[in-house]
Amino acid sequence: MLVYILRRLFYALPILIGVNVLTFLLFFVVNTPEDMARAHLGDKYVTEDAIDNWIEEKGYDDPLFYNSESQGTGSFTETIFFNKSLKLFAFDFGRSDEGRDISSDISDRMGPSLALALPTFMIGVWVNICVALMVLMFRGSRLDRFAVAIFVTLMSISYLFYIIVGQYSIAKLSKLVPVSGFNEGIDAWRFLILPIIIGIIAGIGAGARWYRTLFIDVSGQDFSRTARAKGVSEAGVLFRHILPNAMLPILTGVVVVIPTLFMGSLVMESFFSIPGLGSYMLDAIRAQDFAIVRAMVFLGSVLYITGLIMTDISYTWADPRVRLN
Amino acid sequence: MSITEALRKTEARTVESKELALQVSHLNVVLRHQPDTRILKDVSFQLNKGEVFALVGESGSGKSMTSLSIMRLLPDALKITKGKIQQGDTNLFALTEQEMGTIRGKKIAMIFQDALTSLNPVQKVGDQIAETLKIHTQLAGDDIKKRAIQLFDEVGLPDPEKRVDWYPHQMSGGQQQRVMIAMALACEPDILLADEPTTALDVTIQKQILELVKKLTVSHKLAVLLITHDMGVVRETADRVGVMYKGEIIEEGSCDAFFENPQEEYSRRLINSLPDMDSYRPATDPAPLLKVDNLEVHFPVCKGLLQRVHDYTKAVNGISFSIAKGETLALVGESGCGKSTTGRAILNLEKATGGEIWYNNQKVNTFSRKEMLPLRKKIQVIFQSPYSSMNPRMTVGDIIEEGMISLKMGLSKAEREQRVESLLNRVQLEPEHRYRYPHEFSGGQRQRIAIARALAVEPDLIICDEPTSALDVSIRAEVMDLLLELQRELQVSYLFITHDLSIIPHLAHRVAVMQGGKIVEQGKTEDVLTNPQHDYTRNLLSAVPKVH
Amino acid sequence: MDLAFKPVVLWTDILIFILVGLVSFFIYTLRRNPENRNRWREVFSTKLGMSTFVIIMTYVSVALLDSLHFRTELPAAEGQSSEQVYYNNKVNSVLDLMLGEMGERQERTYSSPFSLKSWNRENIKTETGDTVRDYPELTFGGQHLESPDDQAIDMVLQSFKGIFSGLILAGILIGIHWLLLKRSKSTQPALPWSSAWITFAVIMAVFGWLVTMGNLYHVLGTDQAGNDTLYESLKGIRTGVLIGTLATLITMPIAISLGIMAGYFRGWIDDIIQYIYTTLISIPGLLLIAASVLLFQVWINNNPSYFEVGLEKADAKFLALCFILGITSWTTLCRLLRAETLKISQLDYVQAAHAFGVSHLQIIWRHILPNLSHIILISFVLDFSGLVLAEAVLSYIGVGVDPAMASWGNMINLASTELSREPSIWWNLAGAFVLMFTLVLSVNLFSDLVNDAFDPKTKLEAA
Repeated sequence: MLVYILRRLFYALPILIGVNVLTFLLFFVVNTPEDMARAHLGDKYVTEDAIDNWIEEKGYDDPLFYNSESQGTGSFTETIFFNKSLKLFAFDFGRSDEGRDISSDISDRMGPSLALALPTFMIGVWVNICVALMVLMFRGSRLDRFAVAIFVTLMSISYLFYIIVGQYSIAKLSKLVPVSGFNEGIDAWRFLILPIIIGIIAGIGAGARWYRTLFIDVSGQDFSRTARAKGVSEAGVLFRHILPNAMLPILTGVVVVIPTLFMGSLVMESFFSIPGLGSYMLDAIRAQDFAIVRAMVFLGSVLYITGLIMTDISYTWADPRVRLN
Repeated sequence: MSITEALRKTEARTVESKELALQVSHLNVVLRHQPDTRILKDVSFQLNKGEVFALVGESGSGKSMTSLSIMRLLPDALKITKGKIQQGDTNLFALTEQEMGTIRGKKIAMIFQDALTSLNPVQKVGDQIAETLKIHTQLAGDDIKKRAIQLFDEVGLPDPEKRVDWYPHQMSGGQQQRVMIAMALACEPDILLADEPTTALDVTIQKQILELVKKLTVSHKLAVLLITHDMGVVRETADRVGVMYKGEIIEEGSCDAFFENPQEEYSRRLINSLPDMDSYRPATDPAPLLKVDNLEVHFPVCKGLLQRVHDYTKAVNGISFSIAKGETLALVGESGCGKSTTGRAILNLEKATGGEIWYNNQKVNTFSRKEMLPLRKKIQVIFQSPYSSMNPRMTVGDIIEEGMISLKMGLSKAEREQRVESLLNRVQLEPEHRYRYPHEFSGGQRQRIAIARALAVEPDLIICDEPTSALDVSIRAEVMDLLLELQRELQVSYLFITHDLSIIPHLAHRVAVMQGGKIVEQGKTEDVLTNPQHDYTRNLLSAVPKVH
Repeated sequence: MDLAFKPVVLWTDILIFILVGLVSFFIYTLRRNPENRNRWREVFSTKLGMSTFVIIMTYVSVALLDSLHFRTELPAAEGQSSEQVYYNNKVNSVLDLMLGEMGERQERTYSSPFSLKSWNRENIKTETGDTVRDYPELTFGGQHLESPDDQAIDMVLQSFKGIFSGLILAGILIGIHWLLLKRSKSTQPALPWSSAWITFAVIMAVFGWLVTMGNLYHVLGTDQAGNDTLYESLKGIRTGVLIGTLATLITMPIAISLGIMAGYFRGWIDDIIQYIYTTLISIPGLLLIAASVLLFQVWINNNPSYFEVGLEKADAKFLALCFILGITSWTTLCRLLRAETLKISQLDYVQAAHAFGVSHLQIIWRHILPNLSHIILISFVLDFSGLVLAEAVLSYIGVGVDPAMASWGNMINLASTELSREPSIWWNLAGAFVLMFTLVLSVNLFSDLVNDAFDPKTKLEAA
């Protein structure tokens, strides 16, 4: 087991290096720091001095890979590649273009993000599975076809529409909950309940439909027929045979997402002014703060790879056929 | 009054004396959305206690649908329109779905062809038996486990105490089928429906399972419905036989009478499709065309942190044989013995890790893709599955023509077309068929197309990888006859890879028996089959179900 | 006065026509095989398949009509030599011609649907010279009326006129089709053409009504800048359809070539390709897209000289967006194709081809690619709706379509603030939502049918 995890971590390393090199290429080679400075300071009527100042202030004035002016290891460490890219591996994200410490920003904002994303996701999966199971009970009937039509309709509606209309009708018109904002501690639920509900509803269409197809796939397999031939009731077949066998694909979809929940939801957080990582990223994108975007890209990949490893591990208890080897 | 009528009368008397377990009368099944397509037409038969009733027929004849109808587990696409199934005093079609649940598994149990997929892969086999016991009996706690162990013991699983905690994938195919049988017997049912229970198994295992079923039929006074396409299995196991053809039972009778004097033309064809085991092809001894010397094909097994090669799976482990011009060598063995890998290695589709393959005094196993090209004309192949061996998106003409183009036979377009036509004629198909697509043909026809494709490049040697085992019995003989005829005509050699010993005498000059990557015995067909030297060969031979 | 015009060819225009050509060719080749023909028949033998297909085709035609751009010649001004021709800076399309003057009837600011007055109060000078705060009359909306009291009657009459003319046109076209159908003697069972006709008639009636009414009133009101909302939403169709198709056009070659290579050659090629797509997948998609778009924006701002007209700049940005979406979203399809290729390469017919010495390229071309086509097709249709929906989210984040280009995403984004105004402005949201929803829903329903017909798994279930 330990060897297995070690091996997976070992495999993850080249991927992280790849992500690192890719972001480095995008942010420093395709676009030079000078381009960024221009974009920041406004492209017209900008003096060379102002640009140089900006670059120096942010620490983008070093050479890319090799610093011939420095001595010893300095010729490698005093470069953009070392300072801005390699340091990410030590989770040293540096400072944002506005001079704030990114690492502390991230740790402050993870909490609210998770408080919103985790319940949305977990309850969402649970609701989707329940809905799908209920529909499966009426398989082939008119109700089944009706439910599928509803699913397709729900998934054809833009996510933004759910948020806008939900926020407008529930918060603004009926004034049941605050429109937006966030509070520390237990009081946060008043602000979170609406986005969570909207998030779940927005996901039902695609989610329940996916689970329904999955369950139908599994229920068509031979062992379901064996179970019926043993005299197991339809509910028993569903819960003791179909569901455990559907766990594997469900886990693939679910476990890999869990770590990335830390990243929060870009759109939801900004609509409801929740100070999480999602709105942090959105603000960074809108302000063209590439230092933050770079940090978040790296963090996102790390979390995704963690998710992949967790998925593999979770297989081993969901499926006896998969013993780590 | 003829003898047959007399026979029938005596038969009727014996039936009366037996205790009736299940009566199927006038069963009709149609496609739900096309009620004109009748899947079962007025099917009637009865099952008696302590007796095996075999329902034989070819794929698509409706055998499986009959057994699923009894269980009321037909797929949604099918619908029962008429008929009655009487089990004791209960009419099964009159029960509610819930009441039917108390019949399934308790009164009528069922086993299926593919035990691995029919068992729940994520549940321990012991728990799967326990589930049946919990539903239908009063047993609880330790008693259930005890009963499960007892059942495992009864069906001959070794170490039953340990086996109950295993998962299906940890067992062999035969053991999985034993678990299925144990599960079916758990609640002491009156009736056992066995749907091709041994088709997926090797002959030696098949024999054991059939013997077990036979034994249990007597000891538990079971009424068994055995569904099969294998006349040998019927001959050895069944008490009574029903022949099914296109959804109808066309003939029914006691097993002995049936084999002695079949009434219907179709039944006769089924019985005669079994090749004669007593006439052998004489072996000849000319110079070898293909020589395989100490061939090894090993696959690496990787392990550890860096996935270093840890060990090798020795699929083929040092075998030697040779084939002469116009000769057939049969390579016989059970699944996983390495016989197909040998074929692939000769075709250079699998790299030999050791040994040598000589073709006409050329060492071919080290040839590159390009060097191999001229030889590809000489060595061709026919695969087992008539369904996956042809690209569904190409016309038959394109399929046959492909080799002629890629191997640069130097024929013009018109010449190629002419050749395709003559080849189709040669394998008894119509020239017009070249514009059609493979899915429009039956399994036997497709295998003919595959033969035509192989012949297109005028090969000297054809590797036949189980070309008949996916076909229905009556068609098997036709395809084999075609192969024999072509050999006489074109002097082509065959390496005939098969698991079926019964077809060998008819077909092969010489035979090599393979087990675990090694050839344990080889020689002239008559010598090997009449006087086997190796235990394994003897085992194989004794396991083959015989008709005569 | 006869004015000349000068065609304007945008990059996206060229690409969309190439794409339509490719898709038609692809469908044509699929049809050659009888098995595929039967599957298509299965799709179209349902009423739902017919109607949704007609709806999708309507959207595509609108997008194509809106992709034929030109600039009209300006009338020669006084004292200008007649040889010198000046062209209007506003780029029009064939669709604009068909919609009449709908796009040119600009008000000053918001107005609600069918309203005759503006949504905002303004200081108005009355005839007597006093300044009154009231809702000013619209410049165009309902100006043909003699008095505001006639509006109700006029609307009923004009509605009849619009719907009727639409239905007549539809009737003629359906009649021609019916005659053609009667001529061709097909032995195959009849397809449910009537549902296609009904859908077509309804669409034509709605169009007739919209065009008639849209040239008299503002059917869906106007937006902040006074533009007709209906017109803007209709112009959004091109953006929606293009983003859904162009991004996939870029995705397909990458996904297909890499997926097949990985699955067919295996070994180190597979390792490298797997590495590339795992790396790409592991980067949060939205961030990667946002970062790339931002970087491209920086490049455009630093090189303004490449673009002659404003629309060309917007078009370049749009093309870049499609390109980036394509580059970042090929991974899913690539994975699917790799897995399927692995399976197919093991099948006997590919082995047989090897035994015949068929070259790798020929094996891929003749044996593997045709047997992947259903996956490619299904994913093309499935991705389409996802991309249309993604456009809205990207526009919200600020990395979507250029604000100068009409798009549903841009319209929906404004809506969140517009809704909270008093009284709330809902028509922008409604216009964009209805058109987007209809498109996405039709595509989703259609792709379900295609999936059912082409996916071998569902086949087994029915058998």
